Amino acid sequence: MEVAQMQRRLVDYTKTLFMEFLGCSVLQLQQLQDESNPDFVVEVVSLFFDDSEKLLNDLSTALDQPNVDFKKVDAHVHQLKGSSSSIGAQRVKDACVTFRNFCEEQNIDATLRCLQQVKHEYYLVKNKLETLLRLEQQIMAAGGSIPMIEMGF
Amino acid sequence: MFKHVKSRNFLHNFPPFFFLGLEFGSVFREMNSSSGKVYMSTASSSAGWKAGDAAAADQFPAGLRVLVVDDDPTCLMILEKMLRTCLYEVTKCNRAATALSMLRENKNGFDIVISDVHMPDMDGFKLLEHIGLEMDLPVIMMSADDGKHVVMKGVTHGACDYLIKPVRIEALKNIWQHVVRKRKNEWKDFEQSGSVEEGDQQLKHSEDAGYSSSANEGNWKSSKRRKDDEDETDERDDTSTLKKPRVVWSVELHQQFVVAVNQLGIDKAVPKKILELMNVPGLTRENVASHLQKYRLYLRRLSGVSQHPSNLNNTFMSPQDATFGPLSSLNVLDLQTLAATGQLPAQSLATLEAAGLGRPTGKSGLPVPLVDQRNFFSFENPKLRFGEGQQHVNNNKQMNLLHGIPTTMEPKQLAGLHHGAQSMGNMNMQVTSHAPQSSQNNPLLMQMAQPQARGQMLNDSSLGHAPRLLSPMGQPILSNGIAANVLLETGFKKISEPLVIIQFRRTLRC
Repeated sequence: MEVAQMQRRLVDYTKTLFMEFLGCSVLQLQQLQDESNPDFVVEVVSLFFDDSEKLLNDLSTALDQPNVDFKKVDAHVHQLKGSSSSIGAQRVKDACVTFRNFCEEQNIDATLRCLQQVKHEYYLVKNKLETLLRLEQQIMAAGGSIPMIEMGF
Repeated sequence: MFKHVKSRNFLHNFPPFFFLGLEFGSVFREMNSSSGKVYMSTASSSAGWKAGDAAAADQFPAGLRVLVVDDDPTCLMILEKMLRTCLYEVTKCNRAATALSMLRENKNGFDIVISDVHMPDMDGFKLLEHIGLEMDLPVIMMSADDGKHVVMKGVTHGACDYLIKPVRIEALKNIWQHVVRKRKNEWKDFEQSGSVEEGDQQLKHSEDAGYSSSANEGNWKSSKRRKDDEDETDERDDTSTLKKPRVVWSVELHQQFVVAVNQLGIDKAVPKKILELMNVPGLTRENVASHLQKYRLYLRRLSGVSQHPSNLNNTFMSPQDATFGPLSSLNVLDLQTLAATGQLPAQSLATLEAAGLGRPTGKSGLPVPLVDQRNFFSFENPKLRFGEGQQHVNNNKQMNLLHGIPTTMEPKQLAGLHHGAQSMGNMNMQVTSHAPQSSQNNPLLMQMAQPQARGQMLNDSSLGHAPRLLSPMGQPILSNGIAANVLLETGFKKISEPLVIIQFRRTLRC
């Protein structure tokens, strides 16, 4: 597939993501990328993945305890909420909000369910972001440059 | 491609700057364009912005030195990038403790701090408190938490802004306003209220000695919370802009302080002990520590001062004054002179003398007047000198009313003071600072407690022409931006409230 085609595909995909999933943040992130920092998006997204997965593990552990420390759980969820909103993972963030509410109520069952929900959303968005990154990498490997997204309304 | 999407949500999320970006072309012309200025991510090198650097000042706010603290690595990275895109000079930090030590090591190294609220090692609000106390930098809090309660906490703890995550770059574009605003308010504060500002940034600019670790010992109670408790805090006209409460080191309070220090011995005087000796409710150890530091600097300068008879500087003390002790001999001389000329009531002389010698005033039974010791407040700037006697009358007609206090006063004002001084309950002379003559003085001189309020002390005509203490630089303080307002409280009327003090600092040149 030639570069131009790949670029088009990327643009479309990004826009879809934008519309459905990630909100403006993904575009903001792309904007922040420049010559001086060409791998910015990759770096940030990777960082997000690592961080989130760690948080999700911590959450699983914390909720697995006989005496759940809800303060700790809440702190983790709060952090996940922050980073997911920064990266634009809107649905993850929303799931976190719900999660926190149940933490306040100290409702074990509900929080466990929330955790599942958060994980689900997280893996969804991870998938999408990875696709995005892959598309970008393909373009760059083919010698092209990442197109700036123009929303032509 | 995309049809015009009418969903409100979508538009709401859409960052305005996004349309304005050069790469994007102005596709959404019909949409509301935001503040207009877009910081493109060009070369990331930022022009250093330091006060006084004219060339860099043109590029302001580029080069604004930002410290961003967040334990979340994703957020931290994104923020850093955004800030760099705004052409700020960014330092990032993922631990509050690290941030604090960075700030402490490099007092003037940052212009503004952005900190997350929830951090594992230290609560963001605690960090905010520390910064407010020690460095007095503007701090912006941020959090994914947008609950009213948390935001309110930010307000009460003195944050200058609160950003909700995800932070957008537009929000960061304008953070420089907090830096400018804060400095502007501090300046204004000088002018109008003349209160002591602890840990003030400008002060640090003018002093070589940074604030020592004496302020860092012990517990960190927020002085903000003590604002209402402190008896000495004066009512100020312009309090709304300031977030930190000021400790007003009135004459009485300073008296107590000096007594305590002398009792302990200047070398052994530590804030904690001083605080205990003083036994003033509502006074914190930090207040004392900061005051002590100033006092020490003053004493140091006393010992290092040499006389310059030729210039217009009025020296506070003669060269012989190596310490505070010998100073008193000069005091006596001056005081006697002053007393002789009828400008200083004899009774005052005794107490001043005693003050100079650091002795309790057995004679008059009055509390040790702080006339001389008060001067140290003005000593932040090494060049500040007090004039001596009537010999050093500079072209602004400075006269020493009391030892070391240059004032400009009309003769009738002096007389008025004299009158006032006659009926002394206690010793202190009040000289309020005002800037009647030159308009350029006004912004920089601090107004002490309004003369009107204490009008009885000076004669009526002095109300509008309160004697003005000028910097010994031979010019109104402004030229260096050093305002030395010495407030000496005349006790002949019962002044119920302690009067405000002196503060001076170099003017901020923006």
